[in-house]
Amino acid sequence: MVMQCAEVWREISNYLDDQVDPGLRAAMEEHVRGCKHCTAVLIGTRNVVQLYGDERMLEVPLGFSQRLHRRLEEGMPRRRGNALGWMMALGFAALLLLSFEVGNSSQAFGPPGLRSEMARSGIHIPADLVVVAVGDGRIFHVPGCKFIHDKDKLQTMTAGEALRAGYAPCVRCLKKYLSERKSIGPMEAESARLEQDPD
Amino acid sequence: MGMPETTASLENAGEPWNEEALIRRIRQGEHELFYELIRPYERRVYAATLAILRNEADAEDAAQEAVLKAFKHIRQFRAEARFSTWLIQIAVNEARMRRRKQQAVVMEPMVDPQDEEGQYTPRDFADWREIPSETLERAEVRQKLAEALNSLGQKYREVFILRDMQQLSIEDTAKALGISVPSVKTRLLRARLMLRDLLAPGLGGNWSKALSFAKGNKPW
Repeated sequence: MVMQCAEVWREISNYLDDQVDPGLRAAMEEHVRGCKHCTAVLIGTRNVVQLYGDERMLEVPLGFSQRLHRRLEEGMPRRRGNALGWMMALGFAALLLLSFEVGNSSQAFGPPGLRSEMARSGIHIPADLVVVAVGDGRIFHVPGCKFIHDKDKLQTMTAGEALRAGYAPCVRCLKKYLSERKSIGPMEAESARLEQDPD
Repeated sequence: MGMPETTASLENAGEPWNEEALIRRIRQGEHELFYELIRPYERRVYAATLAILRNEADAEDAAQEAVLKAFKHIRQFRAEARFSTWLIQIAVNEARMRRRKQQAVVMEPMVDPQDEEGQYTPRDFADWREIPSETLERAEVRQKLAEALNSLGQKYREVFILRDMQQLSIEDTAKALGISVPSVKTRLLRARLMLRDLLAPGLGGNWSKALSFAKGNKPW
């Protein structure tokens, strides 16, 4: 088969994609061998395919994948809960229940509920330590604490009484007695009192 | 935008073997698996939107939107279709929709001297050396290639990027773009020849003077 240049050009893309039958392929190659122009066209076109097919030719912007996943995350519906979520929720509920039980067992000295979100439960505060509490406030202090703001409404009482009334210890003047998430117990209170005042 | 429905077979050896299972589990509520499903195709989605929008920021935004739409419409995906083709179709549709909105301000730099159906006559450049891929390590060469690609008309650029840069098959390219296989072939031929004409003077001359190409190395 003798081919003209125009016929070769028309099939060049199929030739490069290996989509021509063996007869046509042979005829094209026969033509190209003797045609400088078609040789240049074929090699130039092959160059184009090879160069653009290189993955370096398409650079995905830095962070593209992360941003895509973030967008997806925002667009996905919130899960109602998976196994891990349920296990964590159950664990948290168990912890709550346990802390409630512990709280009940030390009700005599434990606070019924702190009046300040910022306050922490006391520990080792001597139950008979004399403290002052602000009348309508939330905190009790060691007498003379410089952080007492409303000195006209002070009530003097013991630490045990203050705790039972729901006052929280001042985190500054009573700092040495404080510890998070623990309540004062009768044994601890007595022990603390003896440590501080052995007589 | 309506979700495309494809009917391609799962014959591609590169297709993840567990893709079907992943899709089933995502449909059953394991949404986080969608990240795994799309990870191999992120680059293709971006390439598809970039081919149409020619702007990195717009392309990224369209790619994100397309992936999100794919997630939201995963139930519409038909099992006999290839997920990657379906995903690219969504990306193409999303980008085309955005492009239509931009149409008033976008100037199309068409390098389309002849009608698609007509014969394209390649320019007669005598140089016929082969260009090694190392050339791409030079940023200015990549830049020239990108500029040449951007100068093509959209219909040629779309086909060329999906087929020659993203290595989609002719059939998948046709499905992704919603055109016939013969149209893909015609546009692909035209795109390749136009790019060759645009690049041959530079690749054969000025850009590659410092490189030692094997001149006259005929492949047959």
